[in-house]
Amino acid sequence: MSRNHVSTTVNGDRVEFLCETGQTLLEALRDELRLTGTKEGCGTGDCGACSVMVDGRLVCSCLMLAVEAEGKAIETVEGMADGDTLHPLQRKFIEHAALQCGICTPGILIAARALLARNPDPTEAEVRFWLAGNLCRCTGYHKIVDAVLDAAREMRGG
Amino acid sequence: MSNMLKYEEKALKIVGTRPLRPDGVDKVTGRARFGADYNLPGQLIGKVLRSPHAHARIKSIDTSAALALPGVKAVVTRDDFAEMPDELAAVGELMINFRDVTRNMMAREKALYDGHPVAAVAATTDSVAQAALALIKVEYEVLPHVIDVVEAMQPGAPLLHENQYTQGVKPRPERASNVAKRLEFGRGDVAAGFAAADVIVEREFNTKPVHQGYIEPQACLASYSADGQAELWTSTQGHFVFRAQCAKVLQMEVSKIRVTPTEIGGGFGGKNNIYNEALAIALSRKSNHPVKMVMTREEVFRGTGPTPGANVKVKLGATRDGKITAAEAELNFQAGAFPGSPVNQASMCAFTRYDLENVRVVGNDVTVNRPKVAAYRAPGAPIAVFGVESVIDEMAKKLGLDPIEFRLKNAAREGTQTYYGPKFGAIGYIQTLEAARAHPHYSAPLAPNQGRGVATGFWFNIGNETTCSLNLQEDGSLTLNLGTIDVAGGSRASMAMMVAEELGIAYERVRPTVGDTSTLGFNFLTAGSRSTFASGMACVIASRQVIEKLRQRVAKIREVPLEAVAWKDGQARPVDGGVAQFAPMSLTEVARMAGKTGGTIAGHAEINAQGAGPGFGAHIVDVEVDRQTGSVKILRYTVVQDVGKAIHPAYVEGQMQGGAAQGIGWALNEEYVYGDDGVLQNPGFLDYRIPVASDLPRIDTVIVEVPNPNHPYGVRGCGEVPIIAPMAAIANAIENATGLRLCEQPFSPPRVLKALDQAAAAKG
Repeated sequence: MSRNHVSTTVNGDRVEFLCETGQTLLEALRDELRLTGTKEGCGTGDCGACSVMVDGRLVCSCLMLAVEAEGKAIETVEGMADGDTLHPLQRKFIEHAALQCGICTPGILIAARALLARNPDPTEAEVRFWLAGNLCRCTGYHKIVDAVLDAAREMRGG
Repeated sequence: MSNMLKYEEKALKIVGTRPLRPDGVDKVTGRARFGADYNLPGQLIGKVLRSPHAHARIKSIDTSAALALPGVKAVVTRDDFAEMPDELAAVGELMINFRDVTRNMMAREKALYDGHPVAAVAATTDSVAQAALALIKVEYEVLPHVIDVVEAMQPGAPLLHENQYTQGVKPRPERASNVAKRLEFGRGDVAAGFAAADVIVEREFNTKPVHQGYIEPQACLASYSADGQAELWTSTQGHFVFRAQCAKVLQMEVSKIRVTPTEIGGGFGGKNNIYNEALAIALSRKSNHPVKMVMTREEVFRGTGPTPGANVKVKLGATRDGKITAAEAELNFQAGAFPGSPVNQASMCAFTRYDLENVRVVGNDVTVNRPKVAAYRAPGAPIAVFGVESVIDEMAKKLGLDPIEFRLKNAAREGTQTYYGPKFGAIGYIQTLEAARAHPHYSAPLAPNQGRGVATGFWFNIGNETTCSLNLQEDGSLTLNLGTIDVAGGSRASMAMMVAEELGIAYERVRPTVGDTSTLGFNFLTAGSRSTFASGMACVIASRQVIEKLRQRVAKIREVPLEAVAWKDGQARPVDGGVAQFAPMSLTEVARMAGKTGGTIAGHAEINAQGAGPGFGAHIVDVEVDRQTGSVKILRYTVVQDVGKAIHPAYVEGQMQGGAAQGIGWALNEEYVYGDDGVLQNPGFLDYRIPVASDLPRIDTVIVEVPNPNHPYGVRGCGEVPIIAPMAAIANAIENATGLRLCEQPFSPPRVLKALDQAAAAKG
């Protein structure tokens, strides 16, 4: 079975990989590039665990073919911290006990960062509706919402 | 019992604070490795072929075409696994039978549910493995099936197991039945109790199976070497239990299998049993390659354990002044394809929140053509309590009593005789109810179409086998090797906190990890809310051993008698007014000299923890019912719970909030939907809808701390109690808002709308 050659950018680094035509971006990230921080919870776009940014847009990487990543800029959880300095969202998630098992955490962090990029001062309801595409089964969302609101406050300099 | 530690009240420096979890940074940066994140050189991908039929005899399986496909390295079917005799073993609160375990992981005579594995392949890639599955030819003789628990109990219902005769019935029945077991618990004279009642309430309830819904599908990686040793990486709640199950069904020596637990992406009881693990080892053995197997979400729904659906009948009698005179329940639980539902636990905790003279509970464990049920957080309790707490609420209303007041009048307390066995020791049910009544939520105003409900839950909590090893390193830091899995509640943090508290050192100096099965002796799995209780006890024992050894070393170094040496605030110091004075020595100083003063210092505990403390919770919920759509919105939610002692309060709150959220999903949306053909129609998160952030309000928590006398810090356990009350609390709130008593779960918009329409029609 011949494979497709894809050139793309992941977290600012130019990368190349080979993939089957039917492979998803999620599979390419995890299995070809070994970036396993992005998780698969459903494979059908319902849980948000595989959330990544593609050219600045929040997408479920399980719903996008790997070949479609050609020439695009992909951002994953592995690129969220600045060296050894955690992103405020990452820090606040730990401080607020906003994660338990952590399988949904990478996707929620990516989604929350996308929210704060377009709305630096969201209400609690806006956070809840923005994150409605990311399932968490451990926390009941209470501490996740707190962490996002607190990170937003800090990022606004408040 | 001799090495069990008792509760001692003392000033605390670390226990009760909120330090950061040791697994936090790896989990927010994507470094944490879950089941599907492990890979080995040369690995194959394993996939499972599943029955499309609810009930079918397997006449033949032809794997030749699959094996001929390039890239396919091995296929396994029933022929690759030995027949297992009946042999029971404990898994969490439930029992398993190895005869059934081997049949559930791979069908033998019959496929018993849609999704039952019939073959598995290992191939070079996922797509080759998928193609190979399509080439396996299975000849089925489709049989009549039965899905509903009440239908399955009728004479003449399709039989899953032709040689299954109901246990617990005398004389032994002459005809085989889907009722695997009949249980009965009780005390007193129920007939006399009902005769003495002024008011009797009787109701029948039905619930659907719901899934644990962990976001990480089951995933494992197995490597079998030609010397007969196997290694397994898997997402599990109990790596020692998985090792035992694999060894049994693969007929290997236990010590030949080494299981490394990965980070677990949620379990809630659903990762207590093996599914693909033994298949992966078998495929590795047959192919001479490592084999990785990751379930799809559809496979998780079709093939792994949901909690049972059930039919529940409850009858309650009380006097006009609010004293319960008799309580009776019948619980008919779906076991799924093999016996072993949690009907036993559900029967024992149905009425246990109350101090009752006359009680009778009958439970039936019923096999139906659905996946074999697995534990789900306080297994069985939410189902029984939905019925009982709904009836309690209705009775309070009939008597004109405040629902918390009615519960308080009949509440179990220290010394209450349970109807299943023990007398309660120190418990915190009354304190929990009083804290709920005092909470501002309980007296806040409500608007039209809004209602408030309360309900309460009880769970036993358990102890069991636990080991750990605490090693003092040469720089004075400590590594804590735990044998009981941190299922993500944060138990690694809690264990390190208890060790730091004992030793009087900073939390950060203790590095807790969960070791693989070769590093420690057997541990029971993380179930029954046991880890902070049992593993915590082991950690305290190991810490005290370390302290004892530190004192001995210091006595030797300072040339003073042992009794002159006290350990306080991380230092060896002279005992106040003691027999000898000497310069104090810090933990680090002693650690540096350990090699020259007798060798490495370590503590070990190998215990079977006894004396787990029962937990009680009270939930208050406000709902708003949309009369146009039948939609029920949760407006406000408060969880009050006695946890004994919250070692890390933020993580305890997380358990209370998470458990409540799961209970809300169970109440409002979640259900397994089957077609007439016995095929599951909603095996995905789109059609099986768990709560999302916008469905829920903030979930307030009140931690009540009535110490468990049988734990050095008073821990009871907290993980399971919070899922018990929500279904009943929400049903009671809907009744309060609308006057409608809903007895069919879930209270989804179509059901609520139908009930509203029927009530309107009845009114004319």
